[in-house]
Amino acid sequence: MSRTPLDTVEHAAATPDVELPWAELGLKKDEYERVVEILGRRPTGAELAMYSVMWSEHCSYKSSKVHLRQFGEKAPESDALLVGIGENAGVVDVGQGYAVTFKVESHNHPSYVEPYQGAATGVGGIVRDIIAMGARPVAVVDPLRFGAADHPDTKRVLPGVVAGIGGYGNCLGLPNIGGEVVFDACYQGNPLVNAGAIGVMRHEDIHLAKASGAGNQVILYGARTGGDGIGGASILASETFDDAKPSKRPAVQVGDPFQEKLLIECTLEAFREKLVVGIQDLGAAGLSCATSELASNGSGGMRVTLDDVPLRDSTLSPEEILMSESQERMCAVVEPAKVERFLEICAKWDVIATVIGEVTDGDRLEIFWHGGKIVDVDPRTVAHDGPVYERPYARPSWQDELQADDANKLPRPATSEELREQVLKLVASPNQASKKWITQQYDHFVQGNTVLAQPEDSGMIRVDEESGLGVAIATDGNGRYTKLDPYTGAQLALAEAYRNVATTGAKPLAVSDCLNFGSPEDPAVMWQFAEAVRGLADGCLQLGTPVTGGNVSLYNQTGEAAIHPTPVVAVLGVIDDVARRTPVAFQEEGQLLYLLGDTREEFGGSAWSQVIHDHLGGMPPVVDLERERLLAEILISASRDGMIDSAHDLSDGGLIQAVVESALLGGKGARLVVPDGLDAFTFLLSESAGRALVAVPRSEELRFNDMCGARGLPVTRIGVVDGDSVEIQGEFTLSLADLREAHENTIPSLLA
Amino acid sequence: MARVVVDVMLKPEILDPQGQAVQRALPRLGFEGISDVRQGKRFELEVDGPVDEAALARIRDLAESFLANTVIEDFTVKVEEGAEVAEAAK
Repeated sequence: MSRTPLDTVEHAAATPDVELPWAELGLKKDEYERVVEILGRRPTGAELAMYSVMWSEHCSYKSSKVHLRQFGEKAPESDALLVGIGENAGVVDVGQGYAVTFKVESHNHPSYVEPYQGAATGVGGIVRDIIAMGARPVAVVDPLRFGAADHPDTKRVLPGVVAGIGGYGNCLGLPNIGGEVVFDACYQGNPLVNAGAIGVMRHEDIHLAKASGAGNQVILYGARTGGDGIGGASILASETFDDAKPSKRPAVQVGDPFQEKLLIECTLEAFREKLVVGIQDLGAAGLSCATSELASNGSGGMRVTLDDVPLRDSTLSPEEILMSESQERMCAVVEPAKVERFLEICAKWDVIATVIGEVTDGDRLEIFWHGGKIVDVDPRTVAHDGPVYERPYARPSWQDELQADDANKLPRPATSEELREQVLKLVASPNQASKKWITQQYDHFVQGNTVLAQPEDSGMIRVDEESGLGVAIATDGNGRYTKLDPYTGAQLALAEAYRNVATTGAKPLAVSDCLNFGSPEDPAVMWQFAEAVRGLADGCLQLGTPVTGGNVSLYNQTGEAAIHPTPVVAVLGVIDDVARRTPVAFQEEGQLLYLLGDTREEFGGSAWSQVIHDHLGGMPPVVDLERERLLAEILISASRDGMIDSAHDLSDGGLIQAVVESALLGGKGARLVVPDGLDAFTFLLSESAGRALVAVPRSEELRFNDMCGARGLPVTRIGVVDGDSVEIQGEFTLSLADLREAHENTIPSLLA
Repeated sequence: MARVVVDVMLKPEILDPQGQAVQRALPRLGFEGISDVRQGKRFELEVDGPVDEAALARIRDLAESFLANTVIEDFTVKVEEGAEVAEAAK
């Protein structure tokens, strides 16, 4: 190759005046100057590559850090938390010696560019985070948000994303047990593809991302490194140093789920034999991230020979190798005596593994290429001491106007007939309609431990076959509520996920979040972000569920128009015996239907206001977290003691949505009476939080009422499971057949 | 009638799991000396009428918008040898 002199550390020191393309790599002038100041010289090309990716918004959280601190500062006391924020994923104690790790991340932009591969590699990335903690992945969940359901581009993006998630997850043999699908025009140019995963391990198996012990070997294993996912590094490589190279490397990564499956098995076997001191998966920023994080979290330094990295494309420059985001790679730190055995295990699984360096007793990260030292940095400055911005934030000028545009004042149905029509229109609207066509493309039951999967309120997985111990996970978010009031909207997302976990009978333990927002450089967006984080942190403190980790996705906007602020909250819960779970479906005719909680006139941000009036304004429903906690306790006790046979959380679409879903899933209708003090419209369609619908066997009625009464939870008997239609006495009747057609045909007719 | 062939290949930088699987299988089956395999797709299009520049432009358009996913794939369009060619295609 006709490369001009290798840009080594010496070369950089001797040629201080060489101009580097720091701006093209996304660094600001003061950030570049800070790098020069840290190093005491200009960076080499390779060092610049590392700093630029590690100091990017995505890796450094430079705009969000000052706010995210609240998750630590306001963390509730919790005996359950074994590993908190900052590691690859948080770890929670679920009892009987088991620990569970879970996390949600975003893969929004790649999924818009190339829906199939973007979504598939999103699953791959989150699964590797789980493996890196020492856990066996047991399930995935996918909260998705797309543009308008009838927009032509949605038909391009959604099927690709769904196929990508299904393709990758099904090949890995992981059940997909939950998530959401939401449509809103604000996501047209910015679909949100969030991916979550859960893993299970024994307490003693927890592994951390750190490189300790001088002389320990650094092993890169998994797929070869190729030119995929290289954004800016190609600029560095081609335009400045070597114009002969192809100047545009694709930023899209292609995943190979079968390679990932081998990686899972190989890694878990190495863990079982206690061969691993520290481990890190290679995701965003690839080797730059893995080497600098492993080194900075450990006690010493690290020396890496980049020539030893197995390549798929021999023309890659060292900068590109450091920045490549090739999928299905991991990095392990292994004691010298155990390297041979580690490599044997990799060979057994047909996984390429190569020693690329070792831990040193210094405090520098040194990287060599063709004999020259091209990186010599303090790894902490790369991994942890990135820029931190106190971005200006301000309540947007339009917020008052938006909140004043009260949805409660919208025209309501005047007659029973009109109410019936609106209900039918609502249950058939894309957001309220059955998502079966989508979720059926995922495997729910592979591995044989799935207890509940969508459309249940939360996904549930059995952890221990003997005792029946299980975990439940629910993900929720509502961009419309959050736009109306970010603080409350974030708490409503938390409250709904918390309630969903409790509705199935599991006790909520911990939280992970994926915070999807627009540009942090817009003070209005930054205000939404700050408020949402504050709301979430306060809410977690009050509910006693610590945030264990998560991810921030900013710059979700097209031009000036940002998406609705969309914090997606995942709540993890534990259930002692999965046989005690509570499903959504009505089980038996004659069972009594009770509405738990208070119903108020709350239509701001509601599904009704969107579907019937295409309106967004007013205030979201009021949050009462103490009430949520009480409701959860009641639901969990009732489930454990067999007092309820089905339960469904009330959220968007209100009571009627819950009744219709429970009826259709159970194939049994319901007769409802509008309670005193409520009008039929509010009763059926208000979205007041802190409510659930439960079906109580007649034999349990007294006991259930006594329990609610003793603990002070308002309960209202509203009807009975009966027949093959949903009847609202004195108002209207809808047959299950009509409801089913309305509810289940929408999505296939739009997207199939 | 003439035949136009569109070859679609993953871009060189993009991982090709199928090609790799084939490459790994070769030595197991006793075929030595192949260091890399990349697998693509070949479309044979029977064209009504003359294959002139306009027809080729149309085929390039359909290849770009439908046969290939140009985010991750490249394609080439060529007129099959022996076919009638209205004018020399490039």
